[in-house]
Amino acid sequence: MHDIIIIGGGVVGTAIARELSKYRLKIAILEKEVEIAFGVSKSNSGIIHPGTQNKSNSLKGKLCVEGNKLVRKLAKKLGIDFKEVGQLIVAFNQEEIERLKEIKKEGELLGIKKMKIVFRPWLAVNEPNLNPEIIAALLVPSAGIISPYRMAYDLSENAAKNGVEIYTDCEVTNIKKDKYFEIESKLGVFSSRYIINAAGLFADDIARMAGIKDIKIKPRKGQEFLLDKKKENITNHLIFPLPSQTSKGTLVIKTSDGNPMIGPTAEEVEDKYDLSTDESGLAQVISSVKRLVPSINPKDIIAYFAGLRPVSGEDFIIREEKSVKRFINVAGIQSPGLTAAPAIALYVSKLLKTSGLKFKRKLNFKPFRRKTIHLFQSDKKLMKKIISKNKAFGDIVCRCELVSRAEIEAAIERGAKTMDGIKFRTRAQSGRCHGGFCTTRIMRILSEKLNIPLNEISKRGGKSGIVVKERG
Amino acid sequence: MMKERDLIIVGGGPAGMAAALSAYEHGVQDILLLERDQFLGGILNQCVHTGFGLNYFKEVLAGPEYADRFMKRVIAIKEIEVSLKSFVIKLSQKKEITFLKPGKISEVKAKAVILATGCRERTREMAHIAGTRPAGIFPAGLAQKLINIEGLIPGNEAVIVGSGDIGLIMARRLTLEGSKVKAVIEIQKKSKGLQRNIVQCLEDFGIPLYLSHKIARIHGADRVSKVDVVQVDDNFKEVPNTSFSIGCDTVLISAGLIPENELAEMAGVDMDRKTNTPLSKEQNKTSVDGIFVCGNACQIYDLVDWVTKDSLLAGKQAAEYIKRIK
Repeated sequence: MHDIIIIGGGVVGTAIARELSKYRLKIAILEKEVEIAFGVSKSNSGIIHPGTQNKSNSLKGKLCVEGNKLVRKLAKKLGIDFKEVGQLIVAFNQEEIERLKEIKKEGELLGIKKMKIVFRPWLAVNEPNLNPEIIAALLVPSAGIISPYRMAYDLSENAAKNGVEIYTDCEVTNIKKDKYFEIESKLGVFSSRYIINAAGLFADDIARMAGIKDIKIKPRKGQEFLLDKKKENITNHLIFPLPSQTSKGTLVIKTSDGNPMIGPTAEEVEDKYDLSTDESGLAQVISSVKRLVPSINPKDIIAYFAGLRPVSGEDFIIREEKSVKRFINVAGIQSPGLTAAPAIALYVSKLLKTSGLKFKRKLNFKPFRRKTIHLFQSDKKLMKKIISKNKAFGDIVCRCELVSRAEIEAAIERGAKTMDGIKFRTRAQSGRCHGGFCTTRIMRILSEKLNIPLNEISKRGGKSGIVVKERG
Repeated sequence: MMKERDLIIVGGGPAGMAAALSAYEHGVQDILLLERDQFLGGILNQCVHTGFGLNYFKEVLAGPEYADRFMKRVIAIKEIEVSLKSFVIKLSQKKEITFLKPGKISEVKAKAVILATGCRERTREMAHIAGTRPAGIFPAGLAQKLINIEGLIPGNEAVIVGSGDIGLIMARRLTLEGSKVKAVIEIQKKSKGLQRNIVQCLEDFGIPLYLSHKIARIHGADRVSKVDVVQVDDNFKEVPNTSFSIGCDTVLISAGLIPENELAEMAGVDMDRKTNTPLSKEQNKTSVDGIFVCGNACQIYDLVDWVTKDSLLAGKQAAEYIKRIK
């Protein structure tokens, strides 16, 4: 019998698990996909939002501002790269400057610090590639960037180290409630006193299994396009237009790995599996961002993808259900969900306490995690050191992104089972050649380390096998 | 003090090997050849089909045979030091090179450098093909490596994008391995491939070639399920009402090759942004004295024979340069 079952192993589920792993509780995460962070979290922009563009009385706004502070501390403890790059929300005319002032005021009510409106001379010096027609911008220094999937992986790793059980490829199919919950899954029946529903796009389906019918998740698609790393310094800040009703707009994003990203679109779709990109999405993104940074060239696009925001109304839904006691919904966690995740975890922890769950601190809680080594981030001195300690760091597998065999083996030891799992953890296959050169080598390493034949290696589990068979 | 060598060649494929041999023959006595793979030969190792060497050797050879002739000679010359599994991470304008090997990071300076780094394939992403991102989409050269080196069959039913030589050769290769190639889709009005390949790889097997067509969309969640194909006009715009679908589990992309010149760029060599090759007034020379480029890194060649010729010249040029500065 578990105390708590968390359904969903995205950044929200793993953040909750890590927070609760401080206490003497028996906790498990059940993840539908074959690896952690393979749902909504994998196609996140990686922005740690300051909290602007949210209403001052919204749960979203409050948790975002709090999350922005917590993420930094968490990043230090868990060795996740976080960079405070700041954001600029831009204005083209006097009317738009008035809107910047409103956003600033709303932000101040939420407690966002050090915001200031900057004008053309400042922009010319600090953001030279910006459209010269932009006359002013709201500078919000506390905006930052992080790798969304590495955040989820590192959280889950630290949670696991502190006793959380993690089951992947474990889709939940039914929930029964008597004195406690019985959760039927692909890997068998789990029983638990509490359920935390952090199932992202599928949170409504999970809620319905427990008899809660008033949550409906509407996927909102965002297409994103990544530029070559050579363009890393095309902007110094995250560049935002003024927000619309439904989204923060199409942005020029800095990412923690260096590649600038442009996007996202915001399209209502029906299908929870519709991760397709199209020419109209690209055209829309290009025309929007060229208005911000005119020198952006579609020729520099090296990759693209689409993600689905799990939208349920305007705000986050985080509550214990009155009709189903001890069932906590954490639904509709769209942007700024990544930023808010650590604050959501604390919020859920308080809900559990209020609901009567007894919290006893673990004496042997391990708050720290050793930072994952990435060759591409290392200088010559560090390279020398790590290569002399482990020869495999000098054995380059992915040449575009400089990823060594040692990093790929370490990723597998930390839970990667698929080609995408390797990609998200190490960046191998995510550069200019897109795995053209390193795919076979990575397949071999996976095959050897996991002891499975080459023809069973998949892109992301299920029926996504890389090849169909061995030569006859 | 950093160790100094006369000539460092980056890349041990046909270009690098020919350049090394030529430099030696023209008097260079101290050559370091850096190859990132565990063998010399480069891409030739996976080209098991024949048609190599007609021009240079006046014989018909398979890729590995062509490579082997150079390999044997390179290995026999003690003045050419071959360093395998050696990956160059840095090249400076002063011709200082940093490279990694399992267990080692090395820094070495050269009087002259020849970059024989070959090329990479254009990807689906660069061709901006819309749709989903399932398994089953391969650059054609990767599919070739999977079959010929790893002994794996990439798919049962394939559509090939682009009718360049690699695409054509892979159409035949897949067919011979028992996979069904349903179509080759070419956006241009004419194939870029060699005529002999059109006949021997497509026509002989009855594989349809759709000229002035493109893939409008790739479908499939886990694995490719089908592609939408559409006709295009002279400006590559879609012609209305010409769309049709082809069911398949595999898409090979053979949409052209891009010279690999990230090292040249790092060393401050002036580049032609359009072709990704160094700008130069004279074949193989770059804007940085003593840094030469040869083979497919210099320009994309149809035949390896031309790569060899080009690289022999680069070896000679480097030898002359080293003599001059001594």
